[in-house]
Amino acid sequence: MANLLQDKDRIFTNLYGLQDWSLDAARDRGAWLGTSAILAQGRDWIIDQVKSSGLRGRGGAGFPTGLKWSFMPKEVGVRPHYLVVNADESEPGSCKDRDMLRHEPHLLIEGCLVASFAMQAHACYIYVRGEYIQERQRLQAAIDEAYAAGLVGKNACGSGWDFDIYMHHGAGAYICGEETALLESLEGKKGQPRLKPPFPAGAGLYGCPTTVNNVESIAVVPTILRRGVEWWTQFGRDNNKGTKVFSISGHVNKPCNVEESLSIPMKKLIETYAGGVRGGWDNLKCVIPGGSSVPLLPKEICDTVLMDFDALRENQSGLGTAAMIVMDKSTDVVKAIARISYFYKHESCGQCTPCREGTGWMWRVMERMVRGEAETSEIDMLLDVTKQVEGHTICALGDAAAWPIQGLIRHFRHEIEERIDNYRVNKPVFVEAAE
Amino acid sequence: MSARRLAIRQPDEFSISAKAKKEIEKWVAKYPDGRQRSALIPALWIVQKDGDGWLPEKALRLVGDMLGMAYIRVYEVATFYTMFNLKPVGTHYVQLCGTTPCWLRGSDDLKAMLKRKIGPQNTLSEDGKLSWLEVECLGSCANAPMVQISNSESDHYYEDLTAESLENVLDGLVAGKEPKPGSQSGRHTSEPEGGALTLKGHAPYHTTKMVQLPNADKKAKLNYYEWDPKERRATRGGWVDPELKASRDPKKRGDNVGKDLSEGLVDEEPFAGKPARASKTAPERMTKDETEARAKQKKDIQLLYEDGPTDGPKDDLKKIKGIGPAFERDLNEKGVYYYRQIGAWKAADIKQVEETVKKFPGRIKRDGWVKQAKDLDRDLKAAEKKAAKKKPADKKKTAKKTAAKKGKA
Repeated sequence: MANLLQDKDRIFTNLYGLQDWSLDAARDRGAWLGTSAILAQGRDWIIDQVKSSGLRGRGGAGFPTGLKWSFMPKEVGVRPHYLVVNADESEPGSCKDRDMLRHEPHLLIEGCLVASFAMQAHACYIYVRGEYIQERQRLQAAIDEAYAAGLVGKNACGSGWDFDIYMHHGAGAYICGEETALLESLEGKKGQPRLKPPFPAGAGLYGCPTTVNNVESIAVVPTILRRGVEWWTQFGRDNNKGTKVFSISGHVNKPCNVEESLSIPMKKLIETYAGGVRGGWDNLKCVIPGGSSVPLLPKEICDTVLMDFDALRENQSGLGTAAMIVMDKSTDVVKAIARISYFYKHESCGQCTPCREGTGWMWRVMERMVRGEAETSEIDMLLDVTKQVEGHTICALGDAAAWPIQGLIRHFRHEIEERIDNYRVNKPVFVEAAE
Repeated sequence: MSARRLAIRQPDEFSISAKAKKEIEKWVAKYPDGRQRSALIPALWIVQKDGDGWLPEKALRLVGDMLGMAYIRVYEVATFYTMFNLKPVGTHYVQLCGTTPCWLRGSDDLKAMLKRKIGPQNTLSEDGKLSWLEVECLGSCANAPMVQISNSESDHYYEDLTAESLENVLDGLVAGKEPKPGSQSGRHTSEPEGGALTLKGHAPYHTTKMVQLPNADKKAKLNYYEWDPKERRATRGGWVDPELKASRDPKKRGDNVGKDLSEGLVDEEPFAGKPARASKTAPERMTKDETEARAKQKKDIQLLYEDGPTDGPKDDLKKIKGIGPAFERDLNEKGVYYYRQIGAWKAADIKQVEETVKKFPGRIKRDGWVKQAKDLDRDLKAAEKKAAKKKPADKKKTAKKTAAKKGKA
């Protein structure tokens, strides 16, 4: 396996905020270098380069970014184009966008300019989650700096392209991380996802063609263009190219964020950067590899699995936002998943019945499973219900609520059964009175 | 889905400060015309921060009126988003993250402590200074467990907590101190405990020099912006090699003393493609003759025309706020007919005029006649100039050309 990523190949060189975030320092680190040369190449070149880099969206679904951009209408019609950046980071486990917003805002702003130019958008909105109050003040300060320096605004970077960038914020709703719910929220409504089609590229913000991208997807683009596709594609396996910021939380000795190459083995990542699992690797029970909405993986798989989109998919999980939640042997894994079920129950927007009712139902059953106060047959019933919620809702929140439970039953069914048996040991089984 | 309702006991009055109002207007300006509704969430947040940290019904109506929205649309949003508090909260409102990543790192201990110290969720502590709520993931999972504490000053994250350190933070806040936000275990931010393993030392870690854009279709002309630390803004210039740049520093120059190092550093067309926003064309410098002429002209402004309006038709002094027909007559009688006369008044002149007319003591200063007159005079002159625009422009051009010739000679 390839060596560890070196500092010289990291894009977010101020990820920990050990240096200054402001424009002078960001420029020293390479931001805003040759932006006008990039723009001078034209929008087709930019989109082609992003396509050939194989960059996949960093927000969870892993959809190719260049392809997404090319869905925008080729010519601007009556309706203007918009770029919306999704900084509504709320997936339990992930805290990478926050570090980018507060420590590398200029990479993001530069990326917004390049992406907007490629999509012929004159305006860009960055939707920051409501709780990130310091972060959005920081971002606004960085935007003001960029305006003052003529890097954005009228004739941005001397390219002849007028570009306005605005910071917007939400108010604490996980669902607004879904792209159409985010657009609804940006329009000042409840964050309830829209039916697709029409897709945002056809009718998005204010009914105009819109592209919604994750912070990280946008922020890495200028560096990819600047350093070349060849540089970017040397990291990771085919179809999983590039570097990625991983968040490691839970039962590790030193939880942290770190930028590494995709396709790094999970074990290596945890042992190198996060100080290893609490009590040693053998004390590992399971890992949720991509934020709370993907199914967990037991230790046997974690031993060898690579951290990229395809390897995790082959193991019936997903890379998601690359936020690893590590659990050691002391964990009550049923309770951990029940807590995630509560999260989805709390965050369901209430629009589709399977999700609104299903998330609450699943959570209540999970709570009984935690105590063991259930029938063994109910495990299958629960599994069946998750399958009925999955894929039957407008957005993916229903799926996200179903998958953790499916993962739990797939890998830790014995633990639930054991608990049910133990609960029964000293309790009378209910018998109907004979008459 | 969480069911949230407005508080049963509502205050009779609610108003917001002028500052908050201004702030909301600033937000409204961010969105296209007719889309002011987009500012609803930021507006509600501003109103909540401006008030007591929660939103009574009156506040919702107020925002609805400001943005021209039906009240029900505002209620919908306020009840949907969990950051809008619909019931009173403590001066310091603690939001504890209890989602799995924090739970794994011991958020239950914090919860028990909060329960003991403050009481059940969503109720005020005895002194009314604290209240708490378990919320869903706050996005600081690498620094779990954590809380966010909101008060009128700030909304800080407190991370890497234990029950003790959180109690210390709360005690500090209640005592009116300002505990250090962020990690409570000595970490800087999200780096591993004990110091970062990567990104140590000083960036840049790779040379940022870029001679040619990789994979460029067209031969890219690399005249991007360069940050000018002195002027604190980006300026246009060719690529400057960091080594060459260092060699311009006299301290490090050494062998280069006396050599012309500017070769290759200077952009041939420094102003080509300069952005409209970043640059403001400097006014052309006046020649010595012109400066003298202007000074003379200034001097020549007559303070009083004793023989009537001899220098063209008289100006309409009534346009100056504070001068009515009666005052105008008085002024005309004393020989004041033109804006430029009033515009040229100094303190002594004002005193003199007031002494001679005796009708309006202090009024000249109070109404700002001099400034008004100056503005009116300028407008008048601009209008005249516009009327005779073509000729002076030609003149300027030829003047420039001759000047350039002279310079070359």
